[in-house]
Amino acid sequence: MRAMGTVTVLLFASLAERAGTRRLEVPVGAGATVGDVRDRVIERFPQLAPAVPTLMYALDEEYAREDAPVAPGSTLALIPPVSGG
Amino acid sequence: MLIRVTEAPISGDEAARAVASPAAGAINVFLGVVRNTNLGRAVSHLVYDAYPSMAEKEMRAIAEEAKARFGLEDCAILHRTGRLEVGETSLVVAVSCGHRRESYEAGLWVVNEVKKRVPVWKKEVWADGEEWIEGPESLGMQQAPASMQR
Repeated sequence: MRAMGTVTVLLFASLAERAGTRRLEVPVGAGATVGDVRDRVIERFPQLAPAVPTLMYALDEEYAREDAPVAPGSTLALIPPVSGG
Repeated sequence: MLIRVTEAPISGDEAARAVASPAAGAINVFLGVVRNTNLGRAVSHLVYDAYPSMAEKEMRAIAEEAKARFGLEDCAILHRTGRLEVGETSLVVAVSCGHRRESYEAGLWVVNEVKKRVPVWKKEVWADGEEWIEGPESLGMQQAPASMQR
C-alpha cells in the first residue's frame, strides 16, 4: 500500500504516558480505515496493545467505528474508556 | 449555553447565573468534587486529562439534547482539567426550567451522559502509587501501586 499522506493521531491519559507522546503522524494509503491506522500505532508502540480491546475512536472529533475510512489530513484520536465527572 | 473545559477553577455560581431565565422556576446546580477516598484507598489528589475541543463538542451536544428532552430553558456544563485537590470542583452542571422535578431529572441525566461520553480521564494519585481510571477492564495494564506489587 503506497502512502498518500498522513493522519494525525492523538493519544490521551495512560496511552500518552505509555507512549511518551500525545501526538504522532501516521502514513496512510488509499482505503485505509481507523483500524489500519490503530494497527500502525501499535506497531510503533507495542506497549499500547493491552488497551486495544477497550478503545474507542474519534475521527475529526466525532466518535467513529473501527471500519470507518480515514482520509489523509484527518485527525484520529484513540479514546480509552472515559472517566470524567 | 455555557460550555467550557478549563484548567482554571470552575464555579457553580457562574453556571447558575448563566442559565438564569425569567421563565425558570427552578435552577438546579450540581457540583462534582474530589473525594478523599476511592474503593477504600486514601486519595491524595486527582489529575484530569481531556481532549478539550471534542469534549466541549460532546458537552454542547448533551446540553442541546437535555434542553429538547426535558424542556429546559438553558443548560451549562463546565469541566476542569489538570491537578485537582480533595474538595475542589471538577464538574459543574446547571439547568434551568419551569419546575423542580424536571430540574432534578435533567441534572442527573446530564451528569450521567457526561460520565459516559465526554472524552475526559482522571488519574487517581495515592500516597503509594497512581492509576489512570479507564474502566474496570483496564486495571490489568495500569502500574500497580507499590503496596500491590509483589
